[in-house]
Amino acid sequence: MRFVIEKRNQKSKRMQILVPILSLVISALLGAVVLLSCNANPLQTYSAIIQGAFGSPMKIQYTIIKMLPLLMCGLSVGIAFRLKFWNIGAEGQYVMGVIGITWVMQFWTWLPNVLVLPLALLMSFIFGGLWGGIPGVLKAKWKVDETLVTLMMNYIAIGIAEYLYISAWKAPMGNMGTVKYPEFAWIGKLWGKVHYGVILALILVFILYFLLYKTRWGFELNMIGKNSEAARCQGVSIKRNIVIAMIISGGIAGLGGGINSAAVTHRLTMGVNSGYGFTGILIAWMSGLNPIGSIFIALFLAALQTGSDALQITMKLPSAVSEVLQGLILLPLLAGNIFIDHKLRRIDKQVKEVK
Amino acid sequence: MDTIEFITKLLAATLAMGTSLTYATLGEVFTEKSGVLNLGVEGTMLMGALSGFTITYFTGSLALGLLFAIVTGALMSLIHAFITITLRANQVVSGLAITMFGTGLANFLGKKIGPITNGYNLIGLNLPVKFENINIPLLNKIPILGAFFDVSLLTYALYIILPLAWYYMYKTKFGLSLRAVGEAPRTAAAMGINVNKNRYIYTLFGGAFAGLGGAALSLCFTPSWNDGMTGGMGWIAIALVIFSTWNPAKVAIGTLIFGGITSLQFAIQAAGIKMVIPAQFLAIAPYFITVITLIFMTINAQKTNGHFASPSALGTSFAIDEK
Repeated sequence: MRFVIEKRNQKSKRMQILVPILSLVISALLGAVVLLSCNANPLQTYSAIIQGAFGSPMKIQYTIIKMLPLLMCGLSVGIAFRLKFWNIGAEGQYVMGVIGITWVMQFWTWLPNVLVLPLALLMSFIFGGLWGGIPGVLKAKWKVDETLVTLMMNYIAIGIAEYLYISAWKAPMGNMGTVKYPEFAWIGKLWGKVHYGVILALILVFILYFLLYKTRWGFELNMIGKNSEAARCQGVSIKRNIVIAMIISGGIAGLGGGINSAAVTHRLTMGVNSGYGFTGILIAWMSGLNPIGSIFIALFLAALQTGSDALQITMKLPSAVSEVLQGLILLPLLAGNIFIDHKLRRIDKQVKEVK
Repeated sequence: MDTIEFITKLLAATLAMGTSLTYATLGEVFTEKSGVLNLGVEGTMLMGALSGFTITYFTGSLALGLLFAIVTGALMSLIHAFITITLRANQVVSGLAITMFGTGLANFLGKKIGPITNGYNLIGLNLPVKFENINIPLLNKIPILGAFFDVSLLTYALYIILPLAWYYMYKTKFGLSLRAVGEAPRTAAAMGINVNKNRYIYTLFGGAFAGLGGAALSLCFTPSWNDGMTGGMGWIAIALVIFSTWNPAKVAIGTLIFGGITSLQFAIQAAGIKMVIPAQFLAIAPYFITVITLIFMTINAQKTNGHFASPSALGTSFAIDEK
């Protein structure tokens, strides 16, 4: 007796709900094993994470701020993945966005004050968009593998950023980091630490939702992703769509960098590459490339991060526990996903012979 | 310091640093050649570095440390293999998850499994033994090239492993099967080759070598444990796989150049020479050169209608009953 994995005739609705729930349970159990082996009580730890993420208004605010760059990167990656364009360069596009906004903030001093922030944000979109557009053009024109190019370009962007904040653009005082942006160009606060950038991101989510699900362009992207051959026969330009989608994808990641800098960090400095882009890939994938779903996944992962940071103090656990748990959440989900459109079938020896 | 002495020292530093990189790159070459893209190298190396260090610290045995690093590396890639080969999940996402999980787990365990005297922490501990450089008398006195004969056992091993790896891939029946499952899995299956079994084997092999590469850091190059001590080396390894055009014979060229660039930064600083090129630009050079290489290789392959170096089925899962 053995099992084979067989394709279902159609996606199983039951499994679409069951798989995420079951994988979350498995993740929690696996996490418990890791925690127990370190003499930490899993239930206490999990409740400490929830407390750390949502325990007080201040903590909720912190979680929401943390969510913003994650959400933006998730949205960015989601667009590219629709075309089956494996953009893993959101990290670099985000960093380029921060470089773009810093450039305007620091050097375009002749601008009237009211124009600085809008133009700076626009520049972060342009920088990110260009950084995403390059692999898009390379793919469209010469079929250069996008996974490898976008991956490498992450590290090039990070290197450029380091060069800028360590030497070229370094503030006169201190070891590293540019000067702070002028205060009139910061993004204002909405509720405690939460800034207006969050509203901007939510508006973007709904614009994207509309574009992707209600317009011809979104329909074309979907068609290319599902069956590029059929799309070509329908007269859809795959090359043009790849370039456009990648400019928008990179631009959104860059804008994420811009918003986060204008609202939270206020300058380009160490830690600009905090892995938001990589987490963005997980968010896009876990949300099924749905912009609205991305909000919840991004919030969930942000809560996991802020909650785990609190564990250092409350449970005396290293902060790396957040990465462990993130990995543990993702792996069972990845593994279980096959059962949405596949099923396990037992084949007995006899049947096999007949077949 | 005269020029020859400077170059010899630079080469010695390059070899010491390049060893770990070479193991990881070579492993990933085999994995990718079979059609599996494993972006989990960074996390796998880190887990290898951790387990190698821990075992050697507590047992005082380098051999046991290496063995555990290899097994740990293979186990990490077993997760990737199971998820992407058996369960046909997206290789990019799975690899990233492995890196995230491995990095986190290694950093987490590094603060938990150390000796009580150090507060369960592994950071700041010294190993009872490490891989020392062994020199071959006379040969090590050759100007410049002498550096090749004053290295650790792990580097000497590479002098044998690299040619063997090339021979295995291009001159043996197994190598032919390996290339077939990465290039044309359907044809390979029709020829009676078990595609997924081959992919399992080489994914595990790649993980084992990534673990070994990590141990080469923590037992020889550094030798210590620190959070994220691989410092992006796993990503450079993935870049080097492209640079070497998936050919084991060219892996050493890539690691020498890129290990050299990194060592050059330190050597120039140590020699007190004023830097003309900012250090950050030297650091991104490997990635930059890789992108350029990739673009030229791709365009060239299309112009000549020739065969592109990257395995055609890289990144795709295989099931006999599905397209």
